Amino acid sequence: MIMSKGRFGIYGGQYIPETLMNAVIELEEEYNRLKNDARFNGELEYLLENYAGRPSLLYYAEKMTKDLGGAKIYLKREDLNHTGSHKINNVLGQVLLAKHMGKTRVIAETGAGQHGVATATAAALIGLECEIFMGREDTERQALNVYRMKLLGAKVHVVTSGTQTLKDAVNETLREWSRRVRDTHYVLGSVMGPHPFPTIVRDFQSIIGREVRKQILEKEGRLPDMLVACVGGGSNAMGLFYDFIEDRDVRLVGCEAAGHGIHTDRNAATMTLGKVGIFHGMKSYFCQDEYGQITPVYSISAGLDYPGVGPEHAYLKDTGRAEYVPITDEEAVEAFEYLSRTEGIIPAIESAHAVACAIKEAPKMNRDQIIVVGLSGRGDKDVASIARYRGVDIHE
Amino acid sequence: MNRLRQVFEGKKAFIPFITAGDPSIEITEQLVMQMAAAGADLIELGIPFSDPVAEGLVIQNASERALAGGVTVDSIFDMLMRVRKACDVPVAFMTYVNPVYAYGVERFLRNCHEVQVDAMIVPDLPFEERDELMPYCRKYGITLISMIAPTSGKRIQRIAREAEGFIYCVSSMGVTGMRDKISDDVKDMVRLVKEVSDIPCAIGFGISTPGQAARMAEFADGVIVGSAIVKIIEKYGSECVPHVVEYVRTMKNAVSRG
Repeated sequence: MIMSKGRFGIYGGQYIPETLMNAVIELEEEYNRLKNDARFNGELEYLLENYAGRPSLLYYAEKMTKDLGGAKIYLKREDLNHTGSHKINNVLGQVLLAKHMGKTRVIAETGAGQHGVATATAAALIGLECEIFMGREDTERQALNVYRMKLLGAKVHVVTSGTQTLKDAVNETLREWSRRVRDTHYVLGSVMGPHPFPTIVRDFQSIIGREVRKQILEKEGRLPDMLVACVGGGSNAMGLFYDFIEDRDVRLVGCEAAGHGIHTDRNAATMTLGKVGIFHGMKSYFCQDEYGQITPVYSISAGLDYPGVGPEHAYLKDTGRAEYVPITDEEAVEAFEYLSRTEGIIPAIESAHAVACAIKEAPKMNRDQIIVVGLSGRGDKDVASIARYRGVDIHE
Repeated sequence: MNRLRQVFEGKKAFIPFITAGDPSIEITEQLVMQMAAAGADLIELGIPFSDPVAEGLVIQNASERALAGGVTVDSIFDMLMRVRKACDVPVAFMTYVNPVYAYGVERFLRNCHEVQVDAMIVPDLPFEERDELMPYCRKYGITLISMIAPTSGKRIQRIAREAEGFIYCVSSMGVTGMRDKISDDVKDMVRLVKEVSDIPCAIGFGISTPGQAARMAEFADGVIVGSAIVKIIEKYGSECVPHVVEYVRTMKNAVSRG
């Protein structure tokens, strides 16, 4: 069988309606032209440095390290970026790309709201019309982010179809894109969807790993032994991992949401439990039933509450280059509280899944070993829902 | 075995779409037989999918109703097996690619062959990805239908040159659903196809009235209607069959006049 474009092993591809095909072909051509364009890259670098606040810190979590008594733990502080997560890296790239392509309007899906806020922010800055699609359940979990997007001038569409979460927000954004594709760019928020999105988003996020390499060499004079990041679609993990794929001694660990546990039906553990399928434009792993119907997933984290995963992660899993572990709600919430208490850093509940993995792994490792945790976002948005989880009723 | 040729031979085809299992697989069975008797030239049978990204609200809701009622690919094959004892109307499956992939591509298409399904319409399988299904479509004699859209531009003739059976011309931007106006752009799409191929062109997306159908049939070889029929099924539920039959008869007449 001849493989189409944009493959990672058997994964990836362009499984989308014909109406959108010329849009993704045009996007690929424009991206290939602009990624080597000095002016485009100059603009992007300027914004990343002066607007987003890059490079982000690589912070030695000394108290956590001493408390756990094993490997040295560093946190890559994407939570300190403007808008509070790694999402801004991709969004600034794509919104600039949209502007250079002559598009006047951007649309995006969002789960936790981080990508929606980042897209609304970049659209405000660059001067593009912006509409965000968000599942009804998520608009309730993340009401503050909904208002934030509106403040930034975006229109927020509440998605009431299907499970009313991230998957359905993607469905609705794809439908909207096919209604109005000529003047509109879809700012996909993760390393997923049809080619060229997984590649574009990875490239824009790979700055995370490049900075980590430079920073850890400065601080420690050597590469880390392990990189840990949470995986929903997988953009922050891919961004952290990508520059280290050829460094075989660096363990790459992705943490997916196990919700109430992988032996329950309330989880989003795509890699652990899913099967290979074709959905949202890509061949990858998906949570699905025996007839290929996409099954509802669950996580306390709206950003990890997705039944699929980016195709390059599927490939890294199959080749054994990266490993993927399930982390439960309870483990993530404990890590959320632990990091707040120990280091004075409140992580996003998504990122807390990676922190939980480091808490488990560090004590098993030697003191001269190094773990870098991708702290993909900050946790302000999650405070109310963690309080609810702990049975405390607070009003935002 | 493949009857697609006769669908368009010497006539304009009327192609109704229904979602299998909406409101029940028993009603779907009756609808297939009765629509055939009422003049449907090819029946497009939708396999419901949890996340139909190319569908508007009407067909999304039909898929949800069908899945909630417990329909599966297996129960759809069983239903067609029963239909085939009495009725040889040409049938095309409309399905997203994942249900086929999950079932096993060869197993799915072998079953299609057994119940005499003539064609596959797969909206999330564009030209570039057709090899996902094509080898087994060939092996079992099932025609994989190519789609073209208002945004296809230069792709139209490339697709048309290799298309088989008929071309599904998507009349409008966006998803399925009834529309007040159908743009005349679709006429140019058909003209571009005919420049390079004599393959029949059937127009779908947005068509609901006899007037629209007749106007499309002036330049196209067939007319596909989905949401308008599904809307009737939604309204009348298990009592829908006579209402759908009447609509199909009206539309077939309109298309024949076109």
